[in-house]
Amino acid sequence: MKNAIKELYVPVLSVIIAIIIGSIIMIITGFNPITAYVSLFIGAFGSVNNIANTLANSVPLILTGLGVAISFRAGLFNIGAEGQYWIGAIVGVWIGYHFQGLPWYIHIPFALVAAMIAGGLWAGIIPGFAKAYTGAHEVITTMMMSYIAIYFSHFLLEFGPMMEKGSIPQSPKIQASAVIPFMVKNTQLSYGIFIALIAAAFVYWLMFKTTWGFEMRAVGLNQRASKYAGMNVPFNIVLSLGLSGMFAGLAGAVQMLGVQHRLYDSFTSGYGYTAIVVALLAKNNPIGVIFAAILFAALGTGSQLMQLNAQVPGQLADVITGLIIFFVAADKIIKLFREKFAKSSKEEASV
Amino acid sequence: MSALLEVKNITKVFPRVRANDGVNLTVEEGEIHAILGENGAGKSTLMNIIYGLYKPDSGTLKFNGEILNLSGSHEAIEKGIGMVHQHFMLIPVLTVAENIVLGSEPKGISYNVKKANESIIEISKKYKLDIDPEAKVKDLTVGLQQRVEILKAFYRNAKLLILDEPTAMLTPQETEELFAIMKDLAKKGISIIFISHKLEEVMAISDKVTVMRRGKTVGTLNTKDTTEQELANLMVGREVVLRVEKTDYKPGNVVISVKDLSVVDMQGIVKVKNVSFDIHEGEIFGLAGIDGNGQFELIEAIMGLRPKKSGTVSMQGKDITNLTTRELYKQGISYIPQDRQIDGLVLDFSVAENLILREYNTPTYARNGVIQYKKVYENAKIKVQEFDIRPTDYMLKARGLSGGNQQKVILAREVGYNPKFLIAAQPTRGMDVGAIEYIHKRLLEMRDKGSAVLLVSLELEEIMSLSDRIGVIHNGEIMDILDGTTATREQIGMLMAGSRYDSNAREAK
Repeated sequence: MKNAIKELYVPVLSVIIAIIIGSIIMIITGFNPITAYVSLFIGAFGSVNNIANTLANSVPLILTGLGVAISFRAGLFNIGAEGQYWIGAIVGVWIGYHFQGLPWYIHIPFALVAAMIAGGLWAGIIPGFAKAYTGAHEVITTMMMSYIAIYFSHFLLEFGPMMEKGSIPQSPKIQASAVIPFMVKNTQLSYGIFIALIAAAFVYWLMFKTTWGFEMRAVGLNQRASKYAGMNVPFNIVLSLGLSGMFAGLAGAVQMLGVQHRLYDSFTSGYGYTAIVVALLAKNNPIGVIFAAILFAALGTGSQLMQLNAQVPGQLADVITGLIIFFVAADKIIKLFREKFAKSSKEEASV
Repeated sequence: MSALLEVKNITKVFPRVRANDGVNLTVEEGEIHAILGENGAGKSTLMNIIYGLYKPDSGTLKFNGEILNLSGSHEAIEKGIGMVHQHFMLIPVLTVAENIVLGSEPKGISYNVKKANESIIEISKKYKLDIDPEAKVKDLTVGLQQRVEILKAFYRNAKLLILDEPTAMLTPQETEELFAIMKDLAKKGISIIFISHKLEEVMAISDKVTVMRRGKTVGTLNTKDTTEQELANLMVGREVVLRVEKTDYKPGNVVISVKDLSVVDMQGIVKVKNVSFDIHEGEIFGLAGIDGNGQFELIEAIMGLRPKKSGTVSMQGKDITNLTTRELYKQGISYIPQDRQIDGLVLDFSVAENLILREYNTPTYARNGVIQYKKVYENAKIKVQEFDIRPTDYMLKARGLSGGNQQKVILAREVGYNPKFLIAAQPTRGMDVGAIEYIHKRLLEMRDKGSAVLLVSLELEEIMSLSDRIGVIHNGEIMDILDGTTATREQIGMLMAGSRYDSNAREAK
């Protein structure tokens, strides 16, 4: 319990400092920070619909965030969650519209599992093996694979094999049997949220309670000691990148089956990149990922009302996001503050 | 004689630690003054204060009759204080002369090579420190590199020379040479502070010894009036058994047999050449050698951590040459690697997790791939007690433990399996007297229980006091295997340096 509080210290303090600096920026630029934050909060959590939309936005962030957190735990920087998300989305949508007459309880799991496998292979096969056996850096390979995935989707949708008849670059709609139904009417929140929550619990169990998780964490913290203890280091590199891609792929499929129902041509979903921030803020703790994802989702949904009510540009939410990342990444700064504070209070006590 | 350096009541507090607590030290002119203490006793802090790297919180520093208020090592150097660090601060690709004058080159528009060389030859003659000023530092032996460091201090007119664990990297012969140089320097009026945790060296070279314990100076003694035992007790603060009692050597069957083992590294350089030896039940086989002569490549190859080029390893008659590391552990082999922080522990894992780093997936701790943490903690509780690991909170990260306690965690993990064969690589490196005593006792216990132990150490003293037989490795070859009870320092030292001590006798055999 004490450890949990200690773990929360930096993320929570980062968010608070970011909010404070955000208000200073608003005051300087002539906005009222209180109305801004109030409307930001109402926009995100003010009504059932707002809460539902915030949670809906958090689903792909939780799943991609879990993927990135797994790789970070294993000491690998999977930067390509975005591409793995796209691969999952492509496979999920294709299975969603291509197969007809399947009952939902087969169709949905089929699409999700296939998307996970595809995402897992996308991250595990090339970046994983390249890292394990040639040392090729995963930051480069996952990033490049990410571009390939995104441009592959353009190829498929822009007069390619997955384009719907007509002139709009988008895929056909998935069958009704593949749709994950909405939970709250007129919002984007589907039952996919439960998939995300179960996934988070599963990843927590996998990483902290199983021998596989033990190995991946050991390899992530100290490859040499892991090797000396008899672990198969290359296998664990492939495994953790593969698992990482599986959850990013799942994110893509859940978003398709639950929210979009078809694949649109687009440059980026943004989820795969925000996932990195989510994992960082959560300090790679799968349960923390849920809360970090909800926070960033709330900043996204709330910023619209903030812009409307307080006339504060929505980009300010991005500024706050950036500040949070800065302080999480630079947690040494926060530790320094804490030490300074601890020291001065101690000195006062000793006087 | 008058006092050159007077340290009075120095206190230096770091967050949570009183590194120096009312430290007093007086060094006379021309005196070799040893500072003895366990790791963390405050030796380095004190030296860093004298050398101007730290500012003391209170207390005074008097040098040459003048009160010093140093704000950096450059000021200490200016006043005539020189320091040779344990890890040399040299640039390998530059020449000896360039390294020495670096930072205070002879003035002129460009660097004056000739003048630099001349002044170095002059200094080296004055202090009898022969060296070729034009040699590249990377081509020098460790002993000569150290000489360059010493010359660096004298080039800057040092009157007081601080040597931080100067013998750690040297062969016995090089140590002898260094001691001769030190004695000669002392005669010329140079004062030397000699930091060490090796008792026999302190006894051999110093005039006075100051012992430090937990940040305090607990006493200054005349070396000739004291004994190793007294110093050790002062250091640790209790009665210490310096030389572990060994029971009679009763070797059993051959446990491990290495035949013609050769190892080549990634660049194709031969690191181990046709090495053969057997180790028996109830035997400690010591492998002596200077660092970098293939001893660690040899054990890594045996452990399946490095490819073998040729040769075989067998255990109790069974060929184990091509087994993986994990399979080797399953055969009943244990391994204490040389670098506990890099190879032996996952520092950010808890002590409990580190204790099962090898066994987490065995039926004892895992069922269907799920780790039974209850059992993990039960095991940790027992091991922490049995091996006196401190602090006793096994949920703490291994990073937070002292070096000695980290090593105890590894020892608890490896010895706890009751191995048939134990490889201990540098098991006491960087540890203090109390911890060394404990680990030596444990190793001998293993031997008495019938294990075969391969002890690889760079400390000759350790090899000699524990081993039943001693193999000496030089340049990847076993030079000879000696009887542990009769082998002498000189014999082993010569073999370590690569010359067979008595080639005639060998040929006659």
